[in-house]
Amino acid sequence: MSPVARLMSRRSIAMRRHRCFAGGRPAGSGMRYNAFQILKQGLAGNRGWRPAWRKPDPKPEYDVLIIGGGGHGLATAYYLAAEHGLRNVAVLEKGYLGSGNVGRNTTIVRANYGLPGNSQFYSHSLRLWEGLEQELNYNVMHSQRGIINLFHSDGQRDAAARRGNAMLNQGDDAILLDRAECRAMLPYLDHDQTRFPIYGGLYHPRGGTARHDAVAWGYARGADRQGVDLIETCEVTGIDIAGGKVTGVQTTRGAIRARKVAIVVAGRSSQVAAMAGLRLPIESHVLQAFVTEGLKPVIDHVVTYGMGHFYISQSDKGGLVFGGDLDFYPSYAARGNLPMAEHVMEAGMTLMPMLGRARVLRSWGGIMDMSPDGSPIIDHAPVDGLFVNCGWCYGGFKAVPGSGHCFAHLIATGQPHPAAARYRLDRFETGRGLMDEEGTGAQHNLH
Amino acid sequence: MLIPCPLCGPRDLREFSPRGAAVTLERPDAEALPEEWHAYLHLRDNPAGATRELWWHGAGCGAWLIVERNTVTHEVIGVSLVTGEPEQ
Ligand SMILES: Cc1cc2nc3c(=O)[nH]c(=O)nc-3n(C[C@H](O)[C@H](O)[C@H](O)COP(=O)(O)OP(=O)(O)OC[C@H]3O[C@@H](n4cnc5c(N)ncnc54)[C@H](O)[C@@H]3O)c2cc1C
Ligand SMILES: [Zn+2]
Repeated sequence: MSPVARLMSRRSIAMRRHRCFAGGRPAGSGMRYNAFQILKQGLAGNRGWRPAWRKPDPKPEYDVLIIGGGGHGLATAYYLAAEHGLRNVAVLEKGYLGSGNVGRNTTIVRANYGLPGNSQFYSHSLRLWEGLEQELNYNVMHSQRGIINLFHSDGQRDAAARRGNAMLNQGDDAILLDRAECRAMLPYLDHDQTRFPIYGGLYHPRGGTARHDAVAWGYARGADRQGVDLIETCEVTGIDIAGGKVTGVQTTRGAIRARKVAIVVAGRSSQVAAMAGLRLPIESHVLQAFVTEGLKPVIDHVVTYGMGHFYISQSDKGGLVFGGDLDFYPSYAARGNLPMAEHVMEAGMTLMPMLGRARVLRSWGGIMDMSPDGSPIIDHAPVDGLFVNCGWCYGGFKAVPGSGHCFAHLIATGQPHPAAARYRLDRFETGRGLMDEEGTGAQHNLH
Repeated sequence: MLIPCPLCGPRDLREFSPRGAAVTLERPDAEALPEEWHAYLHLRDNPAGATRELWWHGAGCGAWLIVERNTVTHEVIGVSLVTGEPEQ
């Protein structure tokens, strides 16, 4: 077994060209946020803050329509404007911005994938995260508090070392913790539990969390400030196609024309794709999460306990945020059943007995777009002018910057971005380039 | 969620394992075109509403069941035994 070298990755040097919103801003409403504004507004009784984005009515035609105002749709709109100068763009959201999974996830941000394709994509996304607050002029509370994936056997240690090496090769960071180091960093775990004693952990220092809503709001504000129309309570009900080409969409707020239409609707991907006559390799499943009452700081990192399908972190507000596995039956209910809630609580109590002292405040569920190999799709759809972005499974929050960035590149240039070139829709049909991180097979129901 | 097994009666969700859309009962012929195999293996209607699925009553009678279920409300509409006869 080759031990993972201790190498802290260089903090990614801002690879972003910082665009200043101040000059040449076409339509957006927002002001720049800075310390001076806080002081000035505070002295004026905080009555001068303006809404962070406009509420425009849809225009009859746009250059690009993005269906879905979740993290991925908003980020796509932002980068279309910021990187490609496409500003005649609208995001169509059936509810309110951020009402989907982007506001329901457990906020883990990481780049610890092992397979080519995923590895460079999540690495790309993490570097975008590291410049995001400056890029957006918005505090998304990105906190690189580190993630520790526990392991419980010699075999799992080997697998963790291999993954760590893949992360290092990708240019990210990984440290293999032995028993004693793990115990020192996470003294509150039951390390000697009879079920799965803790042998160590794979530590990813640049991993962490971010405030999920703020990511949606930050991208929304950034897109709006560059002239993108964010149209809420606007459900797409049909996709218009003539002569094999997309011509626009039907919505609950009328027909809108566009020659480029992008589907980014996460759990609803199958329904929206069906409007264009497509069947996708996607099943929608429910994933639950739980949060306790606010407590004083007690958990410094994100800790994952794969053997118990359990993971936990503490929000900046103090709530212990934790979750587990899918409920495993297809569902659009955005709530799960009790057996999985019970399983998550049992696993949490096994790993971290002190958890029993906290009171659970809320639980909820989100609709996950599960792909057969557990990896996503960012590609052309087989209709001219139509694009699909889906299959994020339970891991699409950390992907938000990377996905928006790469999807915008595909929509604007017609070519896949190198970091997402392997996220092809046809890989299931051809069998080439499947990305099955778990090694269980590219089959529904296995991820 | 309670699933009424035709052999055991209504039983708790914990006794069952879902196996996905019941399209897996409609296996193409050996000579079928690659597109048909692709559709069978990967493509799904994934309906928001009524769906037909395969479930296994592993902690009960061990039978394979076809469960008709509503994916939006989690209501179980009907359950029947997989007979082993190819479906039409
Ligand atoms: C409990 C839970 C925990 C998770 N934890 C993590 C985590 O720790 N880390 C991580 O990386 N990922 C996590 N995820 C996954 C992540 O949240 C999702 O993969 C990601 O948010 C999906 O992309 P999105 O933000 O664009 O989706 P969404 O926010 O769901 O956006 C899709 C939008 O499309 C809209 N829409 C749908 N149909 C239409 C229509 N016909 N017309 C117009 N609009 C439509 C919806 O209303 C919705 O707002 C978690 C998910 C859940 C549920
Ligand atoms: Zn039975």
